[in-house]
Amino acid sequence: MAEAPLWSVLVLPAVLAVVTAGASAFDAVLEARAAGAAGSRARAVAWPLREAARLLVGQRRVTTAADGLLWRVGVLTVPLAALLAALVLPLGGVAVADPGVGVVWFNAMEILSWAAVWLAGWGPNSALSLVGGYRFVAQGLAYELPHMFALITAATAAGTLRVGGIVEAQSHLWFAAWMPVAFLVYLLSAVAMAFRRPFDAPLGRDLAGGAAGELSGVDRLVLLGGRWLLLVVAVAMSVPLFLGGGQGPLLPSWLWTLVKTAVVLAAVVWLSRRFPTVRMERFAEFAWVVLLPLTVLQALVVSVVVLAW
Amino acid sequence: MSLELFLVLGAGLFSIGLFGALTQQSVVMLMMGLELMINGIVVAAAAFWYHVAPSAADGQVLVVVVIAAMAVEMAVGFAVVTAIFRARDVDMTDMAADLRG
Amino acid sequence: MLSAVLAWVFGVLALVSGALVFRLDSMARVTFALLASFLFVAGEVLLLGLGYLGAVIILMMVMEMVIMAVFMIMYMMNPAGLMPMAMFHNTRGAAGIAGGVFVASALGILLVDWPRRAGRPPADPTRALGEALMGGQMLTMMTLGLALFATIVATVVLATHRGRYDRFGDDLRADRPADPVPGGVDG
Repeated sequence: MAEAPLWSVLVLPAVLAVVTAGASAFDAVLEARAAGAAGSRARAVAWPLREAARLLVGQRRVTTAADGLLWRVGVLTVPLAALLAALVLPLGGVAVADPGVGVVWFNAMEILSWAAVWLAGWGPNSALSLVGGYRFVAQGLAYELPHMFALITAATAAGTLRVGGIVEAQSHLWFAAWMPVAFLVYLLSAVAMAFRRPFDAPLGRDLAGGAAGELSGVDRLVLLGGRWLLLVVAVAMSVPLFLGGGQGPLLPSWLWTLVKTAVVLAAVVWLSRRFPTVRMERFAEFAWVVLLPLTVLQALVVSVVVLAW
Repeated sequence: MSLELFLVLGAGLFSIGLFGALTQQSVVMLMMGLELMINGIVVAAAAFWYHVAPSAADGQVLVVVVIAAMAVEMAVGFAVVTAIFRARDVDMTDMAADLRG
Repeated sequence: MLSAVLAWVFGVLALVSGALVFRLDSMARVTFALLASFLFVAGEVLLLGLGYLGAVIILMMVMEMVIMAVFMIMYMMNPAGLMPMAMFHNTRGAAGIAGGVFVASALGILLVDWPRRAGRPPADPTRALGEALMGGQMLTMMTLGLALFATIVATVVLATHRGRYDRFGDDLRADRPADPVPGGVDG
């Protein structure tokens, strides 16, 4: 895979923005359909943009004795973590960077969201917000280890931590085909990482909005937009890791990447609406008692296959 | 930067951490001092790898060992604080000086 | 050139944020100052060409410091630092000791005749590290694994005050564990 020229630095945010807007518009359409709301579909499609514009002109909320610095840092870090993780995301054969430790870099950058959400909950000096932040830390402790084992499984099969190398290793058979557990756990943890339903307890309604409860105006836009961006980046990474990246017949590889990403993203967004919010303690025990042994077994099977071949 | 500068940076971090570990009354803050001391060792080990023996992996292994030591230190530290807090409602070093003798 | 400038900037910032750890009042700020110090050190490690170790330091330290923040706020009397209070002892003696250690080690660093660089970095330091850990340094890795496992067991034993008799009754016959917070699998 070629190290990308300078233009990829400009293209990446643009592509991510378009995909993110598309995903949230799709979610809005599903929402409108589920609510049986009157009004045209075009109205629902435009809803994310209207909401963004409304938040842009909205006023910032001020709370007593808030830790303004940490609050802003936390809110800003949510989209920043997604963007930094996206640096190793290949679009077709081109990524902004394809370092030898791409998978570890991706994992390290998405972990920044732990600090981000906790800080966003801590900042406003509000009890319910802080509970939301704590919930995300608990959720992180639950999803992170299965997530890491899923990443390790893909890297083990390819024999490299380089994302480009993992794509090349799938030229015959997609990893999703022979490591389905890792693939599914990866997608599950992607949703948990982006704290979207069914893992949206950190922003739960029972906490009056949780970590985002005291946010308004631009801050709210940055955090909620960053949350969508996290989901898009995490789900998009499943394409090079498990679905053969840009490989496919006829179409150019960048188009294949986009098509696969769009399909997986749509499936994830649609599926995540079918589940109710999961309580922290339930997911934590499930992750440690069920998902973790499953992913360890998956990694074991893959390593044995790699050694035997 | 040269090896000496990296080592001075490591020594600086180590000394700041030492100061913290010696002055803080709270056990949790004391652990932050210890972490900072180990942080200095990480810099020094990485600099030694690069500037002295880059062809051998021993410097890298040292960094791995140091990071693992840091994880162990933190986990055991918090477990001890939790145990002593549960038993006696104490989280200050001065009140947990039973072993003085 | 750029990496030299960056190395200086990261180094100074690592020292400054390290010093801030013991100057700030808010425990959240203290924890994240320490995290900043770790991240700048990780930047130095990345600049030295150790991509894997740098990324792992970032990964581990973010997790560790977020968990640390939880404990800090749980155990400190004044977590948000809204009422500043001094929690020091023997500041002067400690300053003397720490300053003395720094001067002595700095003198040593500048006076010792360090060995000349032997060899060049391998093309892929990550692979070199992996092969060392799974080859010549296998014993180190196994010791680390054992130590970490012992840590897991020891910390859980120390930190929890409930055992299996509390969960499953005196004869361990209860069908469901009596947990204060039920989990999702056998709760």
